[in-house]
Amino acid sequence: MLGEGILKGLAETAKNFAGSFVSAERLTTVQYPEERIAPIEATRDFPFLVYDGADWEAGLRCVACQICEKECPPKCIYIEKSTDKKPDFTGKPQFYPARFDIDISVCMSCQICVEVCPFEAIKMDTEFELSTEDRFAGLLFDRKQLAKPNEHYRKIHPAEAAAVDARLAAEKAKAGARAKAASDAAAAKAAARPAEGGD
Amino acid sequence: MMETLDQIFVLLSRWLVGFLPAGWQTAAGVVLGVAAIVCLFPALFALTVLLERKGLGRMQNRIGPNRVGPFGILQPVADGLKSLTKEDIVPTRADGVVHFLAPLVLVTAVFMGFAVLPMGRNMTLVKMDASLLFYFAVGAPTELSIFMAGWSSRNKYSLLGAMRAVAQMISYEVPLLVSTVAVVMIAGSLSLDKIVEAQNHYTWGLPHWYIFTPWGFAGFVLFAIAATAETNRSPFDLPEGESELVAGYHTEYSGFKFALFFLGEYLGMFSVAGLGATLFLGGWSAPFSFLGWVPSWIWFFAKLLLAMCAFIWLRGTLPRLRQDQLMNFAWKFVLPLAMLNLMVAALWHFLGHGWARWVICSAILAVSYVLLAWAEMRGRRLGPRSYRYAG
Amino acid sequence: MAVADNKTEKLEGWNRPPVMEPEGEGELLEVATGPHHPSTHGVFRMDVALDGERVIRLKPVFGYLHRNHEMLAEGMSYLGSMPFTDRLDYICSLTNNWAYALAVEKLTGQEVPERAEYLRVILGELTRFQNHASSIGFLIQEMGASGTPLMYAFREREKILDLFEALTGARMMVNYMRFGGCRVDASAAWLDAARKVVAGLPGFVDEMDRLLSTNEILMARTQGIGILRPELAVNAGVTGPMLRASGVNYDIRKVDGYGIYNRFNFRVPLGDHWDVYDRYMIRLLEMRESIKILEQALKDIPAGPVMDPKAKLRGFRPKPGEAYGRIEAPKGELGFYLISDGGPNPYRYRVRPPSLINLTVLEDMALGENVADVVLIFGSVDIVLGEVDR
Repeated sequence: MLGEGILKGLAETAKNFAGSFVSAERLTTVQYPEERIAPIEATRDFPFLVYDGADWEAGLRCVACQICEKECPPKCIYIEKSTDKKPDFTGKPQFYPARFDIDISVCMSCQICVEVCPFEAIKMDTEFELSTEDRFAGLLFDRKQLAKPNEHYRKIHPAEAAAVDARLAAEKAKAGARAKAASDAAAAKAAARPAEGGD
Repeated sequence: MMETLDQIFVLLSRWLVGFLPAGWQTAAGVVLGVAAIVCLFPALFALTVLLERKGLGRMQNRIGPNRVGPFGILQPVADGLKSLTKEDIVPTRADGVVHFLAPLVLVTAVFMGFAVLPMGRNMTLVKMDASLLFYFAVGAPTELSIFMAGWSSRNKYSLLGAMRAVAQMISYEVPLLVSTVAVVMIAGSLSLDKIVEAQNHYTWGLPHWYIFTPWGFAGFVLFAIAATAETNRSPFDLPEGESELVAGYHTEYSGFKFALFFLGEYLGMFSVAGLGATLFLGGWSAPFSFLGWVPSWIWFFAKLLLAMCAFIWLRGTLPRLRQDQLMNFAWKFVLPLAMLNLMVAALWHFLGHGWARWVICSAILAVSYVLLAWAEMRGRRLGPRSYRYAG
Repeated sequence: MAVADNKTEKLEGWNRPPVMEPEGEGELLEVATGPHHPSTHGVFRMDVALDGERVIRLKPVFGYLHRNHEMLAEGMSYLGSMPFTDRLDYICSLTNNWAYALAVEKLTGQEVPERAEYLRVILGELTRFQNHASSIGFLIQEMGASGTPLMYAFREREKILDLFEALTGARMMVNYMRFGGCRVDASAAWLDAARKVVAGLPGFVDEMDRLLSTNEILMARTQGIGILRPELAVNAGVTGPMLRASGVNYDIRKVDGYGIYNRFNFRVPLGDHWDVYDRYMIRLLEMRESIKILEQALKDIPAGPVMDPKAKLRGFRPKPGEAYGRIEAPKGELGFYLISDGGPNPYRYRVRPPSLINLTVLEDMALGENVADVVLIFGSVDIVLGEVDR
């Protein structure tokens, strides 16, 4: 009350001043872009489409079910379904998106599209240095720009990608087992029919 | 060898004017001195601005500017270029002549104050018998210039800001003067050179600086408070505060004129810090007698730099006082203590030499400070509180 | 005290706006502070009428940030509104999420697993801590301390935001709570990181305390300024630290005991002088209480699922009914009132914004005060325009 409060305050600032030369706790600046903070694994910025294998068109996991388009809160996804089908990773023929546009100037990174996708097709990227000079077309990503390989997903979110890969492998195994059982049953039926037909 | 280094600027100036005919030499010497001051102190200003930004940054756990040049050394150059190239907007209704003259008056008045500061042994530009009086007389136009700035802008809010700034500066002028009168009394002279000479003695290696006496310490603290308020520095920088409703007196200034106001404020800081160093910290004398071989001007500028660091430290820590609170503080706290300090200085002089005068003077000052502070805070029902808890 | 003479003691006529007569002649100086102003915490305008230095009239004008949140929610599914609740009080997005999730859980009667409740408490108290730190920082910044306490507060806030990013994926707009639990589980590594951060927080609160609480200039600027009497606070519906600084013991964490708050041992600080200094100190003391809760929750968190396994993400249609879910958000009582008609979208979605309701007493607090203090009083209310305007 007699001025010692001011002196205590001055001592605090002096401590911080002196500390800024010796401890990293007291000088928390990271001089971007020369230095960067290590990215945190769970961070999310904008969505991207995952494809398996080398060919992005053939390996694209998205089946154009349009669930993410419906659930997206700011409605930044635009999907056009294809008219033909292509086989997915289990071999089953599925539709694919003829057009898949995301307007990242509208996208608010809420990640609901990732949560509701039943096919593990859309995931969150960690790229944020996306500035461009064209503020309309430069921020509208189409199918080709959004498609990134599964290796990229494994690199940016290793734990999540490992879990997703395990899940997809289990599904593929189950589908393979079902297909094998079905083909065995069909072969058994085919083997039985000529015997009946011959009668 | 050390004496040459100590007197190097004096010898240099004598050698340079030696090239001119005899009739011109004194005038040329003065011009050379003026040129040196006009070149040196703005350079110090640039350095201080950078030091302030980096110092504030470090206090706030961040680095200050460091992109322009190594460690940001060229930042003031960038700032200067920016202010030179900005458009100079003068409001149409403003009083053009006064608007133009205000920053010039400020800078001129502040520069004149440097003429009497002893910056080293034999390094005072103008030796006068009443240099302290000259200093304060010449510092008066600074307040005038602020009022000129507010008035000429023809802006209701600038005028209000200017009036508040002038009121603040006038209120703190009185304690500033009164705290220096104690020094004049004890040194027995108004001449700044003689005041430095009076402090340039050593006992057991320790100097006779006035700050090491009770009345000198109190006087120094009061002088520092009044000086901070005179130069509109935090915590007394309400006239320049951006987060207040009423704009400051330099709202209508842009470009180089604004830079001149800024320059004037910092030069004022140097000037008053130099005066404080001369009056209380022994000017150009060394802190210990065995350090007397270091050139005297180094000590003067070191003390100046120390004062700058103190200003920056205060700015980084303390919030602002409100206008009426700062006026109250000036008239009801600083001024009574300054006048009491005068009496204590007189008592010091007449109590002879011994330990008794130390004890008595310190006791009087300490008790009166505590009583005044306690009365101020209690009167406004201010004070630390304790809190109750529920649940 | 500012307006004790001009108002009747009984408050039945509070609907009548308070008046203050100007002393002396001369016209009143009308100043519009904002919306573009460094100290108005966002786009906010105050039309102030001054008599010399005293405030005669103050009219807050807001709506500059109105984004149609409530109407948007009527056209969106329940899950789709969750990211928009992040953006209400954009500094404390986790508590906004929690209040909304609580309201929907009341509507459907869903149960929340225990681990999820613990995680909600941990994240809620971390949010409260960083909100109070920022609030104090901004208050002192407006007082002109060139932002030093603000920088210290933001230094600690960065650590907490890094924790949020590691768990939820985003620093501020987290979109983390779901109806029936939380979106993702926290790993053991995250809990350890959280414990480390929480261990460093008491040192920071001590640092702010030493820097500020006994500072004479701070005391001179804030003590006795902006007094809010408890009867007025209760009548006006003020909640949160403002109400507790006016001495009224009302903390929804104790009153409702929502979630599992009745398991934790913490106290509620109350103020006796009802001024800006009390509001600053109550926030500081609440930071200390939050640390206590955090330490207890981080110690006791059990293993288990974090989401009700029967909860549906898509096709979520609660039965027709209404529910009001409220929590003690850092700014006050944040409530969500939902009316469901059985469809996928809510029929009516209403947010009770604590910042707006706390702002209604701004004029009462500021009448008769010096114009330089209006900014301080406004800062002590601690509003966020996203919540005021929705």
